[in-house]
Amino acid sequence: MSIIIDGATKRFGAFTALDNVSIEVPDGSLTALLGPSGSGKSTLLRVIAGLERPDLGEVMIGGGDVTRIPVEERGVGFVFQHYAAFKHMTVRGNIAFGLQVRKRPKAEVAARVDELIRLVHLEGFANRYPAQLSGGQRQRMALARALAVEPRVLLLDEPFGALDATVRKELREWLRRLHDEVHVTTIFVTHDQEEAMDVAEQIVVMRDGHVEQAGSPVELYEHPATEFVMGFVGEVNRRGALFIRPHDVELSHLREPGAEEAMIERIVHLGFEVRVALLLADGDRLWAQLSRTQAQELELAHGQIVYARPSRARVFDEEGEPSTAELAA
Amino acid sequence: MSSRSRLGRYGLRFFALGYLAFLLVMPVGMVFVRMFDAGLGDVWSAITSPDGVHAFYLTLLMVLIAVPLNTIFGIGCALLLVRTEFRGKALLNAVIDIPFAISPVVIGLSLVLVYGNFGWFGGWLADHGIQVIFSVPGMALATIFVSLPFVVREVVPVLQEIGDEQEQAARTLGASPWQTFGRVTLPAIRWGVAYGVVLSTARALGEFGAVSVVSGRITGQTETVPLFVQRAFTNFDPAGAYGASVALALIAVATLLIMNFARRKEAAT
Repeated sequence: MSIIIDGATKRFGAFTALDNVSIEVPDGSLTALLGPSGSGKSTLLRVIAGLERPDLGEVMIGGGDVTRIPVEERGVGFVFQHYAAFKHMTVRGNIAFGLQVRKRPKAEVAARVDELIRLVHLEGFANRYPAQLSGGQRQRMALARALAVEPRVLLLDEPFGALDATVRKELREWLRRLHDEVHVTTIFVTHDQEEAMDVAEQIVVMRDGHVEQAGSPVELYEHPATEFVMGFVGEVNRRGALFIRPHDVELSHLREPGAEEAMIERIVHLGFEVRVALLLADGDRLWAQLSRTQAQELELAHGQIVYARPSRARVFDEEGEPSTAELAA
Repeated sequence: MSSRSRLGRYGLRFFALGYLAFLLVMPVGMVFVRMFDAGLGDVWSAITSPDGVHAFYLTLLMVLIAVPLNTIFGIGCALLLVRTEFRGKALLNAVIDIPFAISPVVIGLSLVLVYGNFGWFGGWLADHGIQVIFSVPGMALATIFVSLPFVVREVVPVLQEIGDEQEQAARTLGASPWQTFGRVTLPAIRWGVAYGVVLSTARALGEFGAVSVVSGRITGQTETVPLFVQRAFTNFDPAGAYGASVALALIAVATLLIMNFARRKEAAT
């Protein structure tokens, strides 16, 4: 089901968590709410779920206004960062919960729970308690619990935030595939731009309670609407009014037009990627990002003088309106 | 390990155990010893005398009235204090502790002032045929009053510790507020409630001061076990005094043991 937020505002005392936020999430999509902590992304998710009521504005799910419908009647699946597992129930009891409170027949509940246990690969753990599971298993259980009631939309609040890096990558990949299978409209909150880029079809970047930009990962990366988005969805060098991605800094041993003299301060080898820290004549610093092959061809060395030239840069005027300067010759 | 820290450790143990021995174990032990001195036959006939039986009946009645009411009130109040924000919350929080702060005798007197025949509410009640002071309703009020804070004070920290995410999760899964309470909140706080119930029970069983004031101490009518013990003691009736004391202590210990047993049994599964 599609989700539409129209002009949502939410204040907690003097703090404005959401400031006139409007977004649209198409039916069946996988959307990330991305932003630093305090940007309002979790509040927005909780407003959609009905766990918070907006002071102003409307929430629509599947075309119907649900702003005043209580959380238990919204038909949303919600997954919490710290799992919110029912500690006194087994995995089976947790997953069955939503069906049991709906008073579904026992046989139907059992069959559905078995199906979900298979879906989230928790076969053999059905009779364990949450305390006997790893973090990744608990989160998969929480997902199965949310999916059991066939929610109209699935909402995940920093679902992988409490997990270690390896499990996080695995679950990300798994969520991606799960969404291809189940096709339920899904929104997840994250502060990790890589996670958002990796998993989502659409990203909504938030900051200080408002939406900075919404779009596909490519749009955000290639055409960031504001300085903030440019800096948040990727790394960026700032040179005067110019914002330059490190991979748009070209290095050469020849002085070409538009190139500046720079001294190599440091070379970092990150496998395929090589990062070069440059000190410019006026004291500014610049990062350049090269492929391993490029770096080898240039035979870069610490302390060497090279010529740096941005092939592409962005300028933001006072309103934050962007324009791209293609500087390639 | 240095001999000094060992000395410190043994010294501390010696102090703690000695303190308990002199202040708790020896006096309570003496009650048991004196009971046997009085002769078990006499003890049995004192406890099973009509006045004795009535005292036990009244004490258990007080527990059965006060503990369930305070449990319901305590859970509700704890939820209010932890899960909601409202004006006057700090005041409510402070008021709950009044029974801890005020002497039970004063509590008894205050009840007489309000509910006594010459009290500003008791007169009206008496006109309508309801006798509160010097009868069972007043004693129940006094018992409720003195045992009121235990469940609240045991449940509040447990509610704070479990947080409200499990409850929110239950709501998103379609559970109504009552279903959420019954299936998620109550099971999560059950041991806090159980401790509160045990403490309330012990307090209700042993209450003397407040009940003493409001009951009028009419033998065979408004006399609970602690009052019975006091009367037997001042009448030089050791069999009645020590026998009833031991029986009262055993009831209190039994409630504690039942709860610990239940808890251990659950931990094993």
